[in-house]
Amino acid sequence: MLDVFDESRAWAMDPRVALRAESFGALAYHFGTRRLSFLKHPMLVAVVEQLGQHPSASAACDAVGVPAARRAQIHAALGTLADTGMIVHREGEAA
Amino acid sequence: MKLVDRFMEGLDAPICLTWELTYACNLACTHCLSSSGRRDPRELTTAEAKAVIDELEAMQVFYVNIGGGEPTVRKDFWELVEYATAHRVGVKFSTNGSRITPERAAWLAASDYVDVQISLDGATAAVNDAVRGIGSYATAIKAMENLHAAGMAGFKLSVVVTRQNAGQLDDFEAIAQRYGAQLRITRLRPSGRGADVWDELHPTARQQRELYDWLARRPDEVLTGDSFFHLAPFGDGLPGLNLCGAGRVVCLIDPIGDVYACPFAIHDEFLAGNVREPGGFAGVWRGSELFTELRRPQSAGACASCTFFDKCRGGCMAAKFFTGLPLDGPDPECVLGHGEAALAARDGAAAPPKPTQDHSRRTPRPRPCDESPVAGLARS
Repeated sequence: MLDVFDESRAWAMDPRVALRAESFGALAYHFGTRRLSFLKHPMLVAVVEQLGQHPSASAACDAVGVPAARRAQIHAALGTLADTGMIVHREGEAA
Repeated sequence: MKLVDRFMEGLDAPICLTWELTYACNLACTHCLSSSGRRDPRELTTAEAKAVIDELEAMQVFYVNIGGGEPTVRKDFWELVEYATAHRVGVKFSTNGSRITPERAAWLAASDYVDVQISLDGATAAVNDAVRGIGSYATAIKAMENLHAAGMAGFKLSVVVTRQNAGQLDDFEAIAQRYGAQLRITRLRPSGRGADVWDELHPTARQQRELYDWLARRPDEVLTGDSFFHLAPFGDGLPGLNLCGAGRVVCLIDPIGDVYACPFAIHDEFLAGNVREPGGFAGVWRGSELFTELRRPQSAGACASCTFFDKCRGGCMAAKFFTGLPLDGPDPECVLGHGEAALAARDGAAAPPKPTQDHSRRTPRPRPCDESPVAGLARS
């Protein structure tokens, strides 16, 4: 079992991942693992896009304005993306 | 709106698409979905193929499944693969393995954006070669040895499940493991020459049940190309999209640039346009009458009263079409047995439609190739 997603750490989209905007959110494709993921909410897409510019995943959620009621859902989705290598820890910024 | 409903309405660009690069093939598999054999003189030129790749890049189609025919017999095949990957269009190509030399395997292992799928339809030479031709088992195994030796991890071993190999699933798994490959099991369709052998080759009802259970126990280990959604009423459905994506999230570009709703539907009825038209591939994908129609809600027809309709949505369009069944009725392999009843009721009616393109060789292969599918081929 993988660790629970740590949103206090610095994350970023893997450089081998490309996003394609869709009406439901976005498709994410990892060219290294050839894995396809569906980001099923525009707010999740915004968080993923901004992860790299913030010191932590929770700061990225704040910047996007994720309401408290949606926080758990976004947290779970980020956890799945981390488990599948779509988002990764930023180097040199280990917690 | 649920994601699956979004998919039913179609996306601005396919998630992935199948691109058959040539109808030429050095094998003559009895169940070939594209009735391949001879090259078509109208096949896309190198420049035209590159223009298609440019379009796919602009549409952000992340990867293409390249097939044929045997795509590697095209002289510009490796050039096109390099061009695609340089343009952020990933490539997974299907091959019988005849051109996967140790040198080529090393080249493939060094490329991040290319994946290989070796076709094998029997875990023993006897079962495989009866369908794919004498020597084709040895050729595929040699290719996998080369890939494994070159350090190409996670390439695909692709199996079309038939009545003859349905009992060999564990053996296929062992072969994949031996060469560090991932197993991919897909459904036999009565498409192309597959229509001629479907009655003898398609799995029995009992085999379908066993197949479903076997796959359900390996949700992450074994790929299915999302091709078994007709089996979804057996349980919760297998991982992936449990719906027909034809013209909605997938399509086929054939060697002459014709765009069909799906790789298993090479027939005028499912022809949406051609990439040589002024609007190119994007114009066909976004504007063709056929695709627009497929993205509208479809009638459940005879399946409307079935409690499992939400699970299988009537099954595979191509499987119905090429067995002569109505499109708004049960799949010929409906797990409730409605397909068998429909097939029985069909008898005496008009013959099922034939594919519009047939590039099968008119005569059997010349003698040397009856022994080896690679005899006489230049090694690249």
